[in-house]
Amino acid sequence: MRRGGFKTVIALLVMMGFSNAASAAATAVAGFSNAAAAAVPETFSDPGMEARARHLQRQLRCLICAGESIDESASSFAVDVRRLVREQIAEGRTDKQVQDFFVDRYGAAILMKPPVEPATWLLWLGPFGVLAIAGGVAWVTIKKAGKAEA
Amino acid sequence: MTGELGQLALCFALALSLVMTVAGLFGAKEDRAAARSVAVSSAFGLFVFVALAFLTLTYAFIVSDFSILDVASNSNTLKPLVYKISGVWGNHEGSMLLWVLVLSIYAALVAGLQRGGPRLTSAALGVQGLLAAAFLLFILFTSNPFLRLDPAPFEGAGLNPLLQDPGLAMHPPMLYAGYVGLSASFSYAAAALLVGEAGWARAARPFMLVAWMALTCGIALGSWWAYYELGWGGFWGWDPVENASLMPWLIATALLHSALATEKSGAFRTWSLLLAIAGFSLSLIGTFLVRSGLTSSVHAFATDPTRGFFIMVLIALAIGGALALFAWRAPTLQGGAAFEPASRETTLLLNNVFLVASCACVFVGTLYPMVLDAINGTKISVGPPYYVLTFGPIFFALLVLVPFGPQLNWRRGDLKAVWRSLYPALGLAAVAGVVVLAIASPRSLTAAGAFAVAGWLIGASILDIRKRRGARASAFAAALAHAGLGITLLGVTGTTVWRSEALTVVAPGQTMTVGPYTLRFDGVTRVKGPNYIADRGKFVIMEGGKAGATMLPEHRLYLAQGQDVTDTAIHTTGLRDLYLALGDDRDGGRFAVRAYVSPLAPLIWLGGLVMALGGALSLWGRLRLSEPENKPAAPAVAQAAE
Repeated sequence: MRRGGFKTVIALLVMMGFSNAASAAATAVAGFSNAAAAAVPETFSDPGMEARARHLQRQLRCLICAGESIDESASSFAVDVRRLVREQIAEGRTDKQVQDFFVDRYGAAILMKPPVEPATWLLWLGPFGVLAIAGGVAWVTIKKAGKAEA
Repeated sequence: MTGELGQLALCFALALSLVMTVAGLFGAKEDRAAARSVAVSSAFGLFVFVALAFLTLTYAFIVSDFSILDVASNSNTLKPLVYKISGVWGNHEGSMLLWVLVLSIYAALVAGLQRGGPRLTSAALGVQGLLAAAFLLFILFTSNPFLRLDPAPFEGAGLNPLLQDPGLAMHPPMLYAGYVGLSASFSYAAAALLVGEAGWARAARPFMLVAWMALTCGIALGSWWAYYELGWGGFWGWDPVENASLMPWLIATALLHSALATEKSGAFRTWSLLLAIAGFSLSLIGTFLVRSGLTSSVHAFATDPTRGFFIMVLIALAIGGALALFAWRAPTLQGGAAFEPASRETTLLLNNVFLVASCACVFVGTLYPMVLDAINGTKISVGPPYYVLTFGPIFFALLVLVPFGPQLNWRRGDLKAVWRSLYPALGLAAVAGVVVLAIASPRSLTAAGAFAVAGWLIGASILDIRKRRGARASAFAAALAHAGLGITLLGVTGTTVWRSEALTVVAPGQTMTVGPYTLRFDGVTRVKGPNYIADRGKFVIMEGGKAGATMLPEHRLYLAQGQDVTDTAIHTTGLRDLYLALGDDRDGGRFAVRAYVSPLAPLIWLGGLVMALGGALSLWGRLRLSEPENKPAAPAVAQAAE
């Protein structure tokens, strides 16, 4: 029982509605020392660079967590990526170059914001398509309802 | 013995649910009173036996009967009593039993209240019985909580420490009351399609309201729990699991509005039926897609494949059956009612347009990565930035339109007059936006816009309440619910835009600053809880050199699991939270600390509560004013109120 215990706990958490909790549990079990390392990140003294780093960190997903960004995760993966982000900013790379670096390494899944490309057109435009169709149906309905009254 | 008793109760419940299905449908179709009363009695019987099974399992958890596998895997003698009880639904088998218990409670309520007349009730019971039977079969064949374990272990494995929390003890029952509550609307809609639709929207309204309120509270509770328990100060992550609860909420909200038009003016008849079906379908899809682990790629844990297969078939049958019924019967329903473009009906229609589009956003965003991966192996992530760009503007547009709805009359409204009457709210909106732009730092146009919309919503609600002075309580339901939206918007904006944080290591005696606060760290003591040991940090808020309130965040080690959990400390002024999470021990008594200052954070959940209160007022008015089908024409104010 105990052997499968941890997986069960994660399963349970996800089932109960919070996979953030699951990742938190995962990091908790993996060792809170990671979180400690996360708690004292090196910070840029330059506020502009710091803001860029934080922005980039929020745009990158922690690939071993469920739904957390590099910015908020306490996992060792997040710690490493944060260090890499800051190294590259210090080297003077642009935001785009930094993001491309991680996409080359880990694929588009590391981006919190999915890229706009043919495969994701439906994702990006789908909701607005639904809005347009629903709006059209509403328009027709209102027209018809007005006529019914006349 | 207890295990066998529970098992037997479940078998009886299954038999009764089948009787209820046959008798209910037959009694409705052939108009036989005897069959209908059999369906009613079976509904009560179903509730009694499911409740018995549930109590049996609860008893087994309380006395720590480790000869039952479910108890041995999920409980522990050291746990406090309240978490032994909440442990009943803190696992797959038990939570399925809770699911069926809630389903049977709604069945008993449908049977007891007899809303919408005997035939509609009977058909609804038939459908509800079918759902109960399907889930009871699922429990008995794939997820039996009463399986025995031989030999019984001396001690159980215990409940995950993160779940040992009052908020999370309450969260699943609340959310289930909402998810499963939508089954009553679903059953009524199916019944309306089977035996004729007259009066179903009115009959099902209390169930819609209860389900919606429970969902609202359940989501708020879950978000609050994530905020204070997980230690990173976030309240919503657009996680697939959170999205799964948001989708039924959006559709239930649309249904509440659409069914109101159906009931009051006969508009949107087929559409309301479809929404009732969609609401519960999304509950089913949401809960079980998430539970199967399909949506979380990394933590994809292997569940029993028979379970997944069984549940997929069940969902396909429920949704497919309902939609087929809809496709077959809906064209026979008579067409829509007449109304002018400037009317309450139009605003409710627009409400539905935007809510359905918002729901489409969440739906597409949640499922797209999975589908794309299945089609060609492309892996993408859909995170918060996606929702900010899609859900954000759509929902924002909805919020801008909200204040018009309650002011316009049914069928024919005076848009100009309504617009003029809303001038004060517009003024409040402008003031809120300008003030935020002028004094808040960092300066944010988004925040100014959000505050303006919040001011617009709250201002319009105040105007609405003033206008209806003296009306019965339920007349204020919409005003409260809409004001709640504005309050939540304030909280979300404040927390997102102006949160400050500090991640640092402190030694005893040192001070740290975060936002406007200075904190003195007084060191850590070791404390012992019932089933954990903890490092308890003592932090004192310094106010002008003097010691103010004390905060005691903990870092706990739960013994049964050997798991670390942070127990955050939150100091709130009601309008601002100071949030502390204690990290781990660095040498020399130094500790890592995360501190956040979240302006307006409490308003997020206060808004949810106010929304739910609006629902409660409406429900109260409904139940008090029960059923006069041809009630005399209400005075204009009261009528506009609904």
